[in-house]
Amino acid sequence: MSLTRDGVAWRIAHDLPEGAYVNLGVGMPVLVANFLDRSREVFLHSENGILGVGPRPAKGEVDLDLISAGKGFCTLAPGAALFDQPISFAMMRGGHLTHAILGAIEVAANGDFANWKVPGEAVPGVGGAMDLAVGAKRVWVAMTHVTNKGAPKIVECCAAPLTARACVKRIYTDMAVIDVTPDGFVLRETAPGCDIESIRARTGAALAVASDCRTMDIPEVAADGTRLAN
Amino acid sequence: MIDKTVADCRAAVADVRDGATIMLGGFGNAGMPARLIEALRETGARDLVIVSNGAGTGPFALGALFGDGRVRKLIASFPAPSSTQFRERYLRGEVELELVPQGSLVERIRCGGAGLGGFYTPVGVGTELAQGKEVRTLDGRDYLFERALRADFAFLKGHLGDRLGNVMYRGTMRNFNMIMATAADQVVAEVDRLVGVGEIPPEQVHTAGIFVDRLVQADRHPNLLEQPKEGGA
Repeated sequence: MSLTRDGVAWRIAHDLPEGAYVNLGVGMPVLVANFLDRSREVFLHSENGILGVGPRPAKGEVDLDLISAGKGFCTLAPGAALFDQPISFAMMRGGHLTHAILGAIEVAANGDFANWKVPGEAVPGVGGAMDLAVGAKRVWVAMTHVTNKGAPKIVECCAAPLTARACVKRIYTDMAVIDVTPDGFVLRETAPGCDIESIRARTGAALAVASDCRTMDIPEVAADGTRLAN
Repeated sequence: MIDKTVADCRAAVADVRDGATIMLGGFGNAGMPARLIEALRETGARDLVIVSNGAGTGPFALGALFGDGRVRKLIASFPAPSSTQFRERYLRGEVELELVPQGSLVERIRCGGAGLGGFYTPVGVGTELAQGKEVRTLDGRDYLFERALRADFAFLKGHLGDRLGNVMYRGTMRNFNMIMATAADQVVAEVDRLVGVGEIPPEQVHTAGIFVDRLVQADRHPNLLEQPKEGGA
């Protein structure tokens, strides 16, 4: 068994503390917004100029001037702020965001990671990925453990073009939660049904096991009926 | 009496010459000066250098400028993946791309508008985008030098505007518009509605009239009234 994309997002959402200011990258990271614990005040940042992104608007309640970084329509949460690009990137680059959750193509043992130049995509685009990677207090990666061809994405050194050097602190995958430490990768949690040897077999770098490594505490189905594990 | 208003979008962009560098505000469809860009298509100006976060959101406005073959170079952070018009020209080698991390693009424009020559940033160090850039170590951390960026024209989209050139935005329209307003020789603002002087509360004048040379009222381009495609940063 392993986690679904929603399962990875659910697991991350439950690690975001009260008072977190978080940017969610495109792909798996934006799903985190669906599973935030509403009893905690967590503010979502969107680099086009929002702190306090709310849910998608109901049909008929779209404001054409309110979009988030994925370019879809959004709403504003209570207490939201709107601003222009220099302020938005001061928040990002200046160390004001507590967390950036980003997708990745590869993560290396020293915390280097690659996510902006997708293999096979002839037109490059970087957006705010490098600014977030350099600036956020904690950079967490959300990704599948291996590529769709089965190749490890957690590696000794990145082969793909880097987004930033030595910045990733933690990786959440469909199989595990792994910390990136000065001594390399450390396994902290295993997904239900994933044993340490199967995780190691799909990891392209040395993987230590934390003394308190445990099986993830995650339901198979979320409160709203979304499947979290298969 | 100061009056920066212009009769229509065509008149507002009539003097754009071949080879001009033009900054275009907007992120996705929000705050995109689509009517001004459509008027620019009608001028026939070519070999343009465009400064924009992306490469357009469909076969109109900036996307159509690429389709028309009128752009020589794009300076942008996220041209992928939504603009097929840009993509086709780029893959045929007909348009040059200068890719800049979004925050560095913003700050280059800010420097251009604030009388500064450039700045040092940790963003991009150790990546492909550091090629050719000076690296300086300050307090043990590496930084890249990025140069200021200015343009001949900047096109903005605001919600309200007055004859003095004051502009107020709604929602997420501010994005690149406010900073681009500071960094071009001729700044042209397209607004939804022209209002009387004093009707925009001073606390809500986001772009002060000093930065704006021409202001024109125009309704929203019909393509801006649709749900855009999901497109990444």
